[in-house]
Amino acid sequence: MGIVTRLVAQRLALGLLLLLAVSVLIFIGTQILPGDVAQSILGQSATPQALANLRRDLGLNEPAITRYFSWLGGVLTGDLGTSLTSGGNILSEISTRLANTLFLAAVAAVIAVPLAIFLGLLAVRYRERWPDKLISAVTLSTISLPEFFIGYVLILLFAVQRQWFPSVATVYPSMSFLARLDAVILPALTLTMVILAHMMRMTRAAILNVMQSAYVETAELKGLSTFQVIWKHAFPNSIAPIVNVVMLNLAYLVVGVVVVEVVFVYPGMGQYLVDHVSKRDVPVVQACGLIFAAVYIGLNMIADIVAILANPRLRHPK
Amino acid sequence: MSRELEFLSRKVAHGKLSRRDFLGRASALGVSAAFANTLLSSAAQAAGPMKGGTIKVGIEGGSTTDSLDPATVTNSTGTQVSRLWGEPLLELAPHGGLENKLASEYSASADAKTWTFKIRDGVTFSNGKKVTADDVLATMQRHSDENSKSGALGIMKGIKNMSADGDKFVIELEAANADLPYLMTDYHLMIQPGGGKDDPAAAIGTGPYVIKDAEMGVRVVAEKNPNYWSDLGNADTVEVVVINDDTARMAALQSGQVDMVSRVPPKVAGLVGRAPNITVRSTSGPGHYVFIMHCNTAPFDNNDLRMALKYAINRKELVDKILFGYGSVGNDTPINDSYPLYTEFEQREYDPDKAAFHLKKSGFDGTILLRTSDNSFPGAPDAAALFQQSAKKAGVNIDIKREPNDGYWSEVWNKQPFCTSYWGGRPTQDQMFSTAYLSTADWNDTRFFNKDFDKMLFAARAELDEAKRKQIYAEMGQLVRNEGGLICPMFNDFVDGTTDKVDGWVENHKGFQLMNFYAPMQMWLAG
Repeated sequence: MGIVTRLVAQRLALGLLLLLAVSVLIFIGTQILPGDVAQSILGQSATPQALANLRRDLGLNEPAITRYFSWLGGVLTGDLGTSLTSGGNILSEISTRLANTLFLAAVAAVIAVPLAIFLGLLAVRYRERWPDKLISAVTLSTISLPEFFIGYVLILLFAVQRQWFPSVATVYPSMSFLARLDAVILPALTLTMVILAHMMRMTRAAILNVMQSAYVETAELKGLSTFQVIWKHAFPNSIAPIVNVVMLNLAYLVVGVVVVEVVFVYPGMGQYLVDHVSKRDVPVVQACGLIFAAVYIGLNMIADIVAILANPRLRHPK
Repeated sequence: MSRELEFLSRKVAHGKLSRRDFLGRASALGVSAAFANTLLSSAAQAAGPMKGGTIKVGIEGGSTTDSLDPATVTNSTGTQVSRLWGEPLLELAPHGGLENKLASEYSASADAKTWTFKIRDGVTFSNGKKVTADDVLATMQRHSDENSKSGALGIMKGIKNMSADGDKFVIELEAANADLPYLMTDYHLMIQPGGGKDDPAAAIGTGPYVIKDAEMGVRVVAEKNPNYWSDLGNADTVEVVVINDDTARMAALQSGQVDMVSRVPPKVAGLVGRAPNITVRSTSGPGHYVFIMHCNTAPFDNNDLRMALKYAINRKELVDKILFGYGSVGNDTPINDSYPLYTEFEQREYDPDKAAFHLKKSGFDGTILLRTSDNSFPGAPDAAALFQQSAKKAGVNIDIKREPNDGYWSEVWNKQPFCTSYWGGRPTQDQMFSTAYLSTADWNDTRFFNKDFDKMLFAARAELDEAKRKQIYAEMGQLVRNEGGLICPMFNDFVDGTTDKVDGWVENHKGFQLMNFYAPMQMWLAG
């Protein structure tokens, strides 16, 4: 397993290097945002004097390089700084939001991933027949509709017309797990519909690809049932591309759901980031950017590592 | 009319008959829905407020970057939440004039330069501490200190000295101001213990509720303050949920997840109001949507060009198509009948001939660039396009540049010479004029520099005779209307929505939306 450890260590190191590069980009990006923090915080009703006072208090007059390194130093020691607008500790503010985002992502993933893979297997089993076509048609339609539209349709059907689920998915710390689950069911369903097609189609394509191989033909000739062939012989060999696409969608569930958050009034990271961008609260924007980047890089790294472990050729290179 | 109806309406008020059934019976008796509703609300008022329960408010305009510090409040959620836990010295009365809150009485010296506020006796903050004139003094100092970040800093200018004397708080002004009491109603000026200098965001005040849980930009939960000195506050708990998305807010109202919402979009107000359990509440106010020109920047430095543009806009069309009728026609002054000393002028109409005449006289024959964005007011880009069309018929060519929402208030408004914007209005003409039309005003967003106007503003401030003040304000209004850079096509109504679970709405309440944000406290759960 020495080689595997080395490969994994290599991936980890690359990931960290990438994260460092991203931190530079995030910092530059936040510096070139147009607009003024003080004006954004105090709004249209700010007088020039109040603005000048606030700018001085926020220490916006230091050079950018100094600010980058003091920020990076803080991040490495687990200190994300204080928010310019609320004056609170960013780490503690973000952790509730991040937990909410991860909860919604987890619920959506728990529904969507097994469903997508199962539907993919089903589509392969009945390929080019009506179940395959139906599955593709339905999932491709839901992915083609904008997510806010799906959200509004679900709200109309299940919150306004029959009041089964709440339309406002506000969650708060003192809520019980079941109440939380009830609150996020509509946004989770919306997200499921958005990511289902991608994973389902990839599963289908990957397995169909393997189904062309000689050993699958052998398995069939041995007299195994179609489903056994798919599950035992084809699926394990197509796991790498499937994991890849699953990870991509999980990353999307964490970093790209701001529209769904807005429609369902869900207090996640996306809305938090957007609010702070519009207020030019740079430390918070940087922290969110870094967390999103870490999630993205981390999940892709996991996909890579799984691909390595699942592929004997990568596990045992010549 | 029929005793039966009155009997039925009382039944509804006591929760023994649903509102829907009542309306059905009323129409069977040949009564119009509007009249039946009036009957219903008067029965509810007569039955008196019911105590207890939880009232939920879905509100537009809140962000995760908000703070509970009243000095930094800039949006509706902040104003609503401050009203729950805090109180100013004075507040706008529902139908004009002022209401005493923490000041039990107030008086002015004959020259209107010294104002004395007597602090209400026996009121305690929610931390148990007694309210003193020193707390009031410290609060006012925090908002008027020159290092202050308070949104009220602008209106706290011109104070020579403030002092606390026993149970009296005294303000001495540099120049007379007959409207000073109105300034004390500002939503930033919540009285806090020790002025909130130690912990500005502690939300400790004398309001009818106490904040129990606050997650900014998400939700705030407040419980009844057991020691509140007055009878405001019917529900045990008020929950404010921030729902910025219009459709989500309407869905929350329709599904009964909230009992009232602010800002029903005029576009869907008719549709939403058709639901049997929802009432759309339209309240006229001082807010207005505007096109603003810089009077000192070419080509707008030519009054004939400004007049050409003023005649080239079709105000009625904008009220119909942008406000969907939820508003009234403007007259190129920022003042309408919601101000106490309002004088009506002859209505300026859309007149392509006059516009063409003034355009020719101005000698300008180029194209005018109008900047707009979605957030400058709802429907602003559409309004700009309608203006472009109506102006074209008068030979005035307007180009529209769509600016991003993000950064509009810091990069375009009050910087570019011609753009769309909005004003929320102020409780008095003095405040509105001194905020945006006085030569030295920070937000003189039309760059209106007129010595006569400034002189009249100060004269009116010092004038305690109302008739004379009214006369001066009328002249000032004419100056802005005929020489200023303001094109004010419309005053927008506040449009709120309530479900039939709550009762006690007061029509045409002065101030802001949701009965000046007192609806969650003043209304009650029906039945």
